[in-house]
Amino acid sequence: MTGRLVRLAEASRPKVSFTFDGAVLTGLEGDTVLTAILAERGALRQAEFGPEQRSGFCLMGACQDCWIWQEDGVRLRACSTALQAGMRLRSAATDAWPATGDAP
Amino acid sequence: MTRVLIVGAGPAGIRAAQRLVAAGLHPVVVDEGTRAGGQIYRRPPEGLKRPPQTLYGSEANKAVALHGCFDSMLEAGQLSYHPRSSVVALEGQTAQVMGPQGVETIAYDKLILATGATDRLAPVPGWQSAGVYSLGATQIALKSQGVALGRRMVLAGSGPLLTLVASQLRKAGAQVVAVLDTAPLTTQAAGAFGMALARPRVTLRGAVMRAGLGRSYHAGVTLTRIVTDSTGPTAIHWQDARGRDHATPCDMVGLGWHLRAETHLTDLAGVSMAWDQVYHQWLPEADAMGRAAAGVYLAGDGMRILGADGAELAGKIAASACLQDLGMAAPDTGRALKELRRMQRFASAMQRAFPWPAQMVRALPADTVLCRCEGISVGDLRTTLSLSGPEANRAKSLSRVGMGRCQGRYCQLAGAEVLAAESGVPVDRIGRLRSQPPARPAPISAYLDKGPDARTK
Repeated sequence: MTGRLVRLAEASRPKVSFTFDGAVLTGLEGDTVLTAILAERGALRQAEFGPEQRSGFCLMGACQDCWIWQEDGVRLRACSTALQAGMRLRSAATDAWPATGDAP
Repeated sequence: MTRVLIVGAGPAGIRAAQRLVAAGLHPVVVDEGTRAGGQIYRRPPEGLKRPPQTLYGSEANKAVALHGCFDSMLEAGQLSYHPRSSVVALEGQTAQVMGPQGVETIAYDKLILATGATDRLAPVPGWQSAGVYSLGATQIALKSQGVALGRRMVLAGSGPLLTLVASQLRKAGAQVVAVLDTAPLTTQAAGAFGMALARPRVTLRGAVMRAGLGRSYHAGVTLTRIVTDSTGPTAIHWQDARGRDHATPCDMVGLGWHLRAETHLTDLAGVSMAWDQVYHQWLPEADAMGRAAAGVYLAGDGMRILGADGAELAGKIAASACLQDLGMAAPDTGRALKELRRMQRFASAMQRAFPWPAQMVRALPADTVLCRCEGISVGDLRTTLSLSGPEANRAKSLSRVGMGRCQGRYCQLAGAEVLAAESGVPVDRIGRLRSQPPARPAPISAYLDKGPDARTK
């Protein structure tokens, strides 16, 4: 699948691996979570109140369009969160909530 | 020592901090960014290395000076800095500050709000889709991440960002297939004279940039709809100034009509707000030096949208006002205030040149999504009117327009316009949405006491 974004500059930074909906993706050091996902995917998540997909809107932390999930149940704002190696991200909440004792 | 809290580390916040530090105070600066600079002088994350000339163009020297000013104060320990932190509530001279470690309470004696602005948006049918962004977002993506938000981009709206972002993208190698300006050439010509009188060099630079866009630029456009499939935009339909229909294939649309002052915290701080005819939005009331309520000072685009140069001046002026009120020696502001009035003349003329597209919003089809957060349509809001009457907060309660996660930042003005059109009252009479804390979504975990057994992430 091709991503929504086009890298125009500084594309030779070190690579960073993470997962999104179970698939292993590769971003670059210095990417936001939003940049890293949309470099390889068309959207961040499904809209809750309509049929369309969402991919962020304001990129400055004001619109709250880009909230996605982590596998441990914690959400993050993709436009203003730095990508870190090993992040396990999801476009939607997991079907199974972690049991209390399993919380990291 | 007197505790001064500055919210925002853009041009206004940094210059305010500089003046307070010079007077011997130790301000606390809270900012949502990872590195100080604000939006227009936003710095990319560590590890990205394009030079300032590439990032900021003609404004590179100003950006470097501003960043250097902040970094030197930080290194010298002259201020306390809370990056990646949002003030989520204000009450009784304390601020709830949400950062990476959770929420902490910071008490202050004086508060300087330099909260900046966001894009001012008008809905266009289809704008809720993935692949539609604000113009500010489009610029942030390029500047901070070196990416274009699409392969065939259309930028639409009006105001200085429209031309600037299009030029910056082209220069960086992106494909911008059309620049659609809803401002007709008649208003542009009327405003250009006042702009050129107040700031000839800035006006000329804009004109040159515009000329560089060539035939891709269209004035006096009416945006009809963004055609989307399940993945995003496939085309934008628009009418030119002579009423002819066009369809431009694209996979990305950037939208924006100037800026909207970010006034959420200003409102929570007890500052009065008033409808401003020129800026076509609610703005805080303050004296020329930014005094807005007891111990509350405003500076930058969050007070009056004058751009980065005006924000630097306003930051210094607000700090002087704060120092004066503390009975401390403050640098004279006579010249800065005169400069600021010149910026105001320029900004007012620019608002006339590139107006809010009121008629376009009033004529929106009923199935247009008005509230992007919760997918509420223009028709839903019109239907609410018979129950709510023409008042923004009642209409919000009944329709949820303005109650979503953006808290009305992107739908409030269009919502007011729709209610005004439907009820036949002036838009300012519809009223302003009252701001509620938290000013940003705050997870419950951010408020939990971090004891020894706390889950740490």
